[in-house]
Amino acid sequence: MTRKLAVALSPDQLRSMLRTMHMIRQFDLRALDLYREGAMRGSTHPYIGMEAVAVGACAALRPADRITSTHRGHGHCLAKGGDPRLMMAELLGKATGYCKGKGGSMHIADVEAGILGANGIVGGGIGLATGAALAAQLAGRDDVTLCFFGDGALNQGVLHESANLAAIWKLPVVYICENNQYAMSARADRFTSVPDPEVRAKAYGFPGVSCDGMDVMAVYRTVADAVARARAGEGPSLVVCVTYRYFGHHVGDPLNYRDKAEVDAWKTKDPIDRFQRDLIAHRVLTSDEADRLAAAVIQEIEAAVAFAKASPEPEVEALMEDVYA
Amino acid sequence: MSRPVIETTPAPAATRVLTYAEALNEALREEMRRDPRVFVMGEDVAVWGGGGVFGVTRGLVEEFGPQRVRDTPISEEAIAALAVGAAVAGARPVAEFMYADFMGLAMEPIVNQAAKIRYMFGGKASVPVVFRAQEGAGRGNAAQHSQSLEAWFCHIPGLKVAVPSTPADAKGLLVSAIRDENPVVFLEHKILYNTKGPVPAGDVAIPMGVADCKRAGRHATFVGVHTMVHKALAAAETLAAEGIDLEVIDPRTLVPFDLDAVVASVRKTGRLVVGHEAYERCGIGAEIIAQVIAAAFDALDAPPLRVCGENVPIPYNARLEAAALPQAEDIAAAVRQVVA
Repeated sequence: MTRKLAVALSPDQLRSMLRTMHMIRQFDLRALDLYREGAMRGSTHPYIGMEAVAVGACAALRPADRITSTHRGHGHCLAKGGDPRLMMAELLGKATGYCKGKGGSMHIADVEAGILGANGIVGGGIGLATGAALAAQLAGRDDVTLCFFGDGALNQGVLHESANLAAIWKLPVVYICENNQYAMSARADRFTSVPDPEVRAKAYGFPGVSCDGMDVMAVYRTVADAVARARAGEGPSLVVCVTYRYFGHHVGDPLNYRDKAEVDAWKTKDPIDRFQRDLIAHRVLTSDEADRLAAAVIQEIEAAVAFAKASPEPEVEALMEDVYA
Repeated sequence: MSRPVIETTPAPAATRVLTYAEALNEALREEMRRDPRVFVMGEDVAVWGGGGVFGVTRGLVEEFGPQRVRDTPISEEAIAALAVGAAVAGARPVAEFMYADFMGLAMEPIVNQAAKIRYMFGGKASVPVVFRAQEGAGRGNAAQHSQSLEAWFCHIPGLKVAVPSTPADAKGLLVSAIRDENPVVFLEHKILYNTKGPVPAGDVAIPMGVADCKRAGRHATFVGVHTMVHKALAAAETLAAEGIDLEVIDPRTLVPFDLDAVVASVRKTGRLVVGHEAYERCGIGAEIIAQVIAAAFDALDAPPLRVCGENVPIPYNARLEAAALPQAEDIAAAVRQVVA
């Protein structure tokens, strides 16, 4: 963390970022519990280990800006201001959830808040984000759209088509590749033609940079530069955040494609520990305050779980509602 | 095929004769004037020939500028996906696919995003996008430029599907499609672009899900879309000389589908023939017949028949292409069979 950034972001904002990182981790730890106890259906894709990416990137946004997310989307949603109670209720399929229980983990959205949805299709948000940026440009607004996707989406054709369009039209979109090293069992180096995917931006004539995705301030600085460029009408950027998912692709992942030593090595770079240490060292908060903040987050998550569990199931009559306006 | 002038309903005072392409152009122009959120994007919609390979977007870029009338690269998936994202973010895109066949490249955003976003998000998002394309055979465009693919889209909950057969319906339905809060797949027919018909001037939205009786008759009901409406009207003249009075119903939209109008006609005639250029297998004809049987089996005096495209890729050669498509004589033969 630089002193310059301590100025760019207020102490309140920095504490809020730490709080959101804790929130993401506790939310997904709790989601794993709920999945294992059978309260959740389908699948859940934990964002644990990657918290610095969503939080650092969304810290560079204004409320009117938008994001698109992925199947591993809880972190993005919380970082953009999603309500953990409505998210948790959605995970449990309840009528009070963001999607009235019709979407589940992979489709949580809050369009009013600029969260254009998690997405069950790898790369599915890329075109949507680019289109949202087009809508902002057409409306004469300087809103920016952040497009989160994983390394697995690097090889979807829609990224090529969208990046080219964003470049020729100078659309205010920032493509954020969360390189968490694996697309299910596939190590990035098995299926991606270059080890440093940010070089692909050169093919479209816009900037491509990478940053330490375990360092929330590095993510913030890098994304803030790209957002400023987009907001100024200078067009898109690609930011690759090098990070790691501590857990499997989802619950039930055989995890036979990586070894524990690798996981442990990444955990020594834990983004929450690191940011908390930095904030304490810079006297943004005390160690006691950090403990209280973490404890308060756990309470808030428990309250979200209690809200979700106490919420009603949707009525069967709701089945055919919301197909058409 | 012939290019008949269709007189369906009595023409209001301020009615001109326009081509199907001109009628679509007028709908786009009037909606873009009415609502600044409406914009057009697609391959060669602005520069080529002044607007569109078939002239549907002709002159729009002069009036509305290149921001709202956007030529795109040849990137069908991105055209569809950007349109969906723009619609969710408050714009009202009309995305054009030069040929419906090319929508194969765009099915992901249409099927998995546009059609499902409202439902997946619990009704808290709208996707007011129109996906325009032209389909159909008859010009020797062969297998990858001639298909009728409406059944693909009818299968997907969340999409509406419009298939106008006349200039007036083309304008009125496109106006409705642009104003609709749902994604609409708007399928035109390449053979119909130069056909002419009366089109009321001004604001003439035709609601989705309302069939039009193109010819009243007593002895049999024909339900079909696009060129099949015109072929059925030609067949009806032949049949009239034989004393068979054919009713021709054009549903105009397949989703929503005006089953009530079709059932009312079948209750009058007792006989049903359904026709489409699209491949017979799993085409909309099967769906229409299934719905009519479920709703009005008691009214049927003969088994319903289909007159459809052969289950074959559309061939290039003119004789082979004509043989692959249902013709007026095929409709007449089927009608004779159901009234026999």
